[in-house]
Amino acid sequence: MAEIVKKAKPLTVNPLKASQPMGAALAFLGLRDAIPLLHGSQGCTAFGKVFFVRHFREPIPLQTTAMDLVSTIMNADENVLAGLKALCEKSQPQVIGLATTGLSETQGTDIHSLVTRFRTTCPQFAHVAIVPVNTPDYVGSLESGFALAVEAMIDTLVPASNSVGRRRQVNVLASSMLTPGDLEQIREWIESFGLRAVLLPDLGDSLDGHLVDAENTPLTLGGTPRGDIDSLGESLATLVIGRSLARAADLLRERTGVPDLRFDHLLGLDACDAFTDALATLAGIAVPERIERQRTQLQDAMVDTHFMTGFTRIALALDPDALLAFGGFLSGVGAEIVAAVAPTRADGLAQMPCASVRIGDLADLEEAARQANAQILIASSHAAATAQSLGIPLWRAGFPQYDFVGGYARVWVGYRGARQALFDLANLVLGHHHEIPVYRSIYRDDGAQDPARLVCH
Amino acid sequence: MKTSHLAELQNEPACAHNAKEKSGCARPKPGATAGGCSFDGAQIALLPIADVAHIVHGPIACAGASWDNRGSRSSGPTLYKIGMTTDLSEQDVIMGRGEKRLFHAIAQAVTTYSPAAVFVYVTCVTALIGDDVEAVCKAAQQHCGVPVIPVDCAGFYGTKNLGNRIAGEAMLTHVIGTREPPPVPEHAQRAGIRVHDISLIGEYNIAGEFWHVAPLFDELGLRILSTLSGDARFHEVQTMHRAEASMVVCAKALLNVARGIEERFGVPYFEGSFYGVADMSQALRAFADLIDDDDLRARTDILIAREEARANAALAPWRERLRGRRVLLYTGGVKSWSIVSALQDLGMEVVATGTKKSTEEDKARIRELMGENARMIDDGSPKALLTAYKDYRADVLIAGGRNLYTALKARIPFLDINQEREFGYAGYAGMSELARQLALTIDSPVWPAVRKAPPWAAATVHNTPRALG
Repeated sequence: MAEIVKKAKPLTVNPLKASQPMGAALAFLGLRDAIPLLHGSQGCTAFGKVFFVRHFREPIPLQTTAMDLVSTIMNADENVLAGLKALCEKSQPQVIGLATTGLSETQGTDIHSLVTRFRTTCPQFAHVAIVPVNTPDYVGSLESGFALAVEAMIDTLVPASNSVGRRRQVNVLASSMLTPGDLEQIREWIESFGLRAVLLPDLGDSLDGHLVDAENTPLTLGGTPRGDIDSLGESLATLVIGRSLARAADLLRERTGVPDLRFDHLLGLDACDAFTDALATLAGIAVPERIERQRTQLQDAMVDTHFMTGFTRIALALDPDALLAFGGFLSGVGAEIVAAVAPTRADGLAQMPCASVRIGDLADLEEAARQANAQILIASSHAAATAQSLGIPLWRAGFPQYDFVGGYARVWVGYRGARQALFDLANLVLGHHHEIPVYRSIYRDDGAQDPARLVCH
Repeated sequence: MKTSHLAELQNEPACAHNAKEKSGCARPKPGATAGGCSFDGAQIALLPIADVAHIVHGPIACAGASWDNRGSRSSGPTLYKIGMTTDLSEQDVIMGRGEKRLFHAIAQAVTTYSPAAVFVYVTCVTALIGDDVEAVCKAAQQHCGVPVIPVDCAGFYGTKNLGNRIAGEAMLTHVIGTREPPPVPEHAQRAGIRVHDISLIGEYNIAGEFWHVAPLFDELGLRILSTLSGDARFHEVQTMHRAEASMVVCAKALLNVARGIEERFGVPYFEGSFYGVADMSQALRAFADLIDDDDLRARTDILIAREEARANAALAPWRERLRGRRVLLYTGGVKSWSIVSALQDLGMEVVATGTKKSTEEDKARIRELMGENARMIDDGSPKALLTAYKDYRADVLIAGGRNLYTALKARIPFLDINQEREFGYAGYAGMSELARQLALTIDSPVWPAVRKAPPWAAATVHNTPRALG
């Protein structure tokens, strides 16, 4: 059990936290033919856009209600209505994700009633789904904003039903800790049991980085289709990955009656075993030989790398779901979590396998890591300077990864993902092997003793 | 090499193997042999001499497969790390161009790298086709003005152990005694401390572990004229004969060097080890006794008291953790007893030890340490080791890198004790590292994780989807 150490200082230095509206926007980017619309000033959107463009190396559809001086003071309802209308007319989306920001929340907007008003004033766009979600910046972080948006999607888009298990289909509620690479892997994993997977949201389909014929599109290039969302109630089960999605999962179960299974994460042997076992049970078939083989490959890698991973002192700075994932995975191979920092409080942090979890920033991380003599740092690109100052390697994970190509495509989950992660960690440790310092005897006198050398012709 | 000369080398009077039929230099058995050849052994023994160009004279197999895989560290030159071979071609062999190629290879090495000396290692093919390496070395030395030393160590001569001796013999014949040591530098003189010269034979500075020990010798005023061969320089090896005492560091293989220096120059020697607190202290005391300097003895005792207190404090938490854990030790002989005492130091129980290459004297020492009923294992095959591991209910296997993956495949904790390892275990400070590495592998959570069956193994899989629990 970890003690949760609250943030105690007035100044946040080198923030670890990204905001809730950005998390919500990210979730909406995992729906097909969708565009997020942030209700706030244009900067809220512009910053978010740059953040994701640099991380995914993709064009990011993201719009703003562009609150200005007058609308901020008087009333910004018209901005929302106008923004929705403009998007519907110009881009013909299937879904608009309407997320609030610190500015609109402080102002006191009621986006739910605004959506109702939009329906009456613009009935011609009734076919466009609009998902409103309240995501003030001053609460939570990217992870919780993402989760709130998923919850809102279910609330808005999933019809009530009671037709459990009609299809050989399983739902996956996927937390923001999962990369597009992870999501593709999860889909293959499920399909290898002869089951159909519906991922919500599916960043693996929209932000996996693939070229399309259209040179330019204002909407997402993939993601969960509306039709699949409609069918969530017909699945055998829902697999929930990440604690942040607990409330969204509750709502989906309530709405559809589909039973769910919850997983903190899919990193490492135990987590993969639990997930594989669940799939075998759901599908009613034996675990495919290929997966059994991958399991033994992971075990072999665990054994081969335990000399390097064992006792390795790790510092982590990640959103809570990812923190719990890495904590469980790495302590399971003998590493020691000596510093852990999360941007916000969350359920489950107390279960981190370390003495304490600080709620704080990258300066807190640096201090904790230095105090504890950490050897490896796991965090986003923002921690590059921290790692340099500590003189230890940075293993990039989480958001954003802007000085590193392919972070979004990295596969952490599954037996093969875990194996590669162990190889990479072991190589980092080997590359920074602590050598015994050279000692030269006081009696040693090399220079004077060098024999006179003749030149060789 | 002449057969008579080889027989002489195999007959090491100081080696207790001689008394018995079963010898550490026994013939390898076709189809049932593990371990390196004489070339391997000779190269291991000499390669750490850091400012020498080590040229392997033969086709690519010998150097190609063995260069750059030793853990020996240098505090200065890194020339020894550069792999050099004549890489003989088929035409070289057929046309007898090996000698010519060797001569030019030596010249190239000298021109490019300005080595303090060149060592030429003879291999199977060049021995078989009869290259006169000695003559080429002589001519090259004349031509280049740098000592060129032949090491006649063709692989088929015998085992790695014999190769060690051949290397030692080459040093005795060509290098040791060819230079006088310099005076002790002024700045290193300290009031009240009389400097004595010593040498260490069979110390390889694996992973830099000797740097844990060297400061203690400095503190005591013991100048290490040379080691054979960890972090050594050619000019240092030349002066080894002027030591007042030498130590053979837990290996029989280079005993011939110690004996040769004693016979020719009257330098007494003892056998000891730097592994384990007790042995480390024992080694320091043995120098004081051999040199017979009361002041040195007194200072040694004070140093030992201080270092042991420090080491024991550092080791306390590890001893707590490792106490009673059971070790199966298979080192192939050389370190069989020295590691036993180090492990006992940690409160561990050595349930059995490998003695395949150990001498009778080694075995006697093992009995002294482990009791009369000490279990000794002669068969080092993977199967025999795993059987012993299970029979003796061991918690960890300590062996050379060759057995590493045998252990891991069998899901058994393992500690590598050989040349290629990355961690230094020598000296008082090295003990903590040894303890740490032992705890790391024994207590690793990967073992239960890789031993357990997947959750679905227990359940019967039905053909119809099952309800969720």
